[in-house]
Amino acid sequence: MQQASAEQPIAVLSADALSVAPRQSGAGLAWIGRGFLLALAALVVFILARNLLDNPRLFAQIVISGLQLGFVYALIALGYTMVYGIVRLINFAHGDVFMVGSFVSFFAVSRFSLHTWPAVAFPGISPDLSTLIGAVSVIVLSMIVCAALAVVIERVAYKPLRNAPRITALITAIGVSFFLEFFGALNFVFSPRFIPYQRPFDVYAYWIGAQGIGMVTPQTPAPDGSITFSSIFVIIVVASILMQILLQWLVKRTKIGKAMRASAVDKPTTRLMGVNVDRVISFTFAVGAAFAGLAGVLFAIAYPSIHTQLGILPGLKAFVAAVLGGIGSIPGALVGALIMGQAEALTAGYISTPMRDAVAFTILIIVLLVRPTGIFGEPEREKA
Amino acid sequence: MLLEVNDLHVYYGAIHALQGITFHVDEGEIVTLIGANGAGKSTTLRAVSGLIPARRGVIRYKGRDITATPAEEIVRLGVCHVPEGRRIFAPLTVRENLELGAYTRTDKAEIEKSMQRVFASFPRLKERINQLGGTLSGGEQQMLAMGRGLMSRPSLLLLDEPSMGLSPLLVEEIFRIIKEINSQGTSILLVEQNALMALSVAHRAYVLETGTIVLQGSAQEVRENPQVKAAYLGVA
Ligand SMILES: Nc1ncnc2c1ncn2[C@@H]1O[C@H](COP(=O)(O)OP(=O)(O)OP(=O)(O)O)[C@@H](O)[C@H]1O
Ligand SMILES: [Mg+2]
Repeated sequence: MQQASAEQPIAVLSADALSVAPRQSGAGLAWIGRGFLLALAALVVFILARNLLDNPRLFAQIVISGLQLGFVYALIALGYTMVYGIVRLINFAHGDVFMVGSFVSFFAVSRFSLHTWPAVAFPGISPDLSTLIGAVSVIVLSMIVCAALAVVIERVAYKPLRNAPRITALITAIGVSFFLEFFGALNFVFSPRFIPYQRPFDVYAYWIGAQGIGMVTPQTPAPDGSITFSSIFVIIVVASILMQILLQWLVKRTKIGKAMRASAVDKPTTRLMGVNVDRVISFTFAVGAAFAGLAGVLFAIAYPSIHTQLGILPGLKAFVAAVLGGIGSIPGALVGALIMGQAEALTAGYISTPMRDAVAFTILIIVLLVRPTGIFGEPEREKA
Repeated sequence: MLLEVNDLHVYYGAIHALQGITFHVDEGEIVTLIGANGAGKSTTLRAVSGLIPARRGVIRYKGRDITATPAEEIVRLGVCHVPEGRRIFAPLTVRENLELGAYTRTDKAEIEKSMQRVFASFPRLKERINQLGGTLSGGEQQMLAMGRGLMSRPSLLLLDEPSMGLSPLLVEEIFRIIKEINSQGTSILLVEQNALMALSVAHRAYVLETGTIVLQGSAQEVRENPQVKAAYLGVA
């Protein structure tokens, strides 16, 4: 008895001093773990540095593809992080809302030619302007449908469980996710196969290098040593940054934003201010889903082949991005997503393509082990 | 009658927290509700402000039945509940906390005026206007909670233990402000552990014991009641 109680504080102390591993594992194990992570980090830096020096052009090319992925993930990750911030739910159906965004634009373009409506309605209109308005219409339609879908999902599936244990809502979210994936795959609904996606506008490739900048065409290929990128890359980066700014403004400067932040910390007291918290939660789901819808359209334009399960991997990676950045933190979602994009692109470029998905989840495991609150996360305060 | 509560029953699951209480608050009054820990004082305020449902009984405000009205609607009618334990929004600034208090209002200029009035009562809040709520001291947080409540310009203010955890000097100050708010026309239902102070500012009082009202009357009558003296005022 006495011996045990005399020993225990010492064990606790040494584990505390390391503060990495859980208390049960000994100090030695924690050091091995930490040493392993450091060795891994050193190896990664070494491989990257060598490749950068070897072929800077290829490296830059890979970074660009990573940025493209990263900014798509950033749009999706916002939805995870906003919803988690306010209802403490990891909304696993979010990736499937992203998929629905792709499909809405597919139907709008392929079946209803929505992207050509300005040219039909105003025959004299300039083709460029028509394309612009048409594409924006397709995107806005997808965002609206996704927002409405998310509000319905919240009302039907999550709201009745708001006071239930969190794991209940989490399992329900997984159920909703499966429903969206497999319902769309039913033959009478749509199709379980990959289908080619018709873009609402043409995507062009450009090169940039010592000789300047220009468009890549069959007659004028990119000069040696230049880096190529596409118009959709530029659109993705600009749209994602714009949405980040819009959301920052919404959350920090507007009345509803204040209500969102208040609801995140204390719902009953927020109601005492006259805020309809249910409506604030619906609004949060809607905004996150609209971003996912936008991401879905841009993703389909960038990688134009779609199927009903295309939301799973980007959804999970955006989720990892949100955790990595610190779930609940909006800047964290962007930073986490950019890291995820680079990790994926660099892995595909320098290790092997199939490895890129494994790396995403390796990052999740490492984050959960080393810093579960993520880069920008604060330790969670449990509150009503 | 401004607020009229009749035979109110409230349950938390199987716990019968309020067992049929009846009381009222008239226009212009300060009414205090005193009682031991767990008597049901906070529960009463929560039921009036709509945070918890009444199982039985009627709550009327300005003659209108608000028993089933949701909390966010009741604020719009002019009833403001400053909850126990301050419950300020820690990650929001002092200004944002106050602005949330005025959530139901739209006229920017009028809101600004109310804010200046709050600063007149609590100058300390003005000095800390851009500080995060969570970084205020306990006393400052209490001031912020009351200021935030006043931002909705209530006709009836429900105060739950405004003096909890404050230094004696600050307690005096808070009670002075309560009287001042009342003299400007706001009726107040005041829940207090500090029965002596509460009875000194209130017009009328109710004593609550395990979910039932056991005594009521003018503040003076209640103060002179021997049982109250023994149980709540610490006088033999
Ligand atoms: N959320 C809850 N769930 C279950 N029981 C509760 C809850 N809140 C209060 N109670 C119970 O209801 C009774 C009345 O509680 P209430 O908070 O109204 O007391 P109070 O008079 O405000 O006490 P205090 O002076 O300590 O604040 C208590 O027995 C308490 O345990
Ligand atoms: Mg109480």
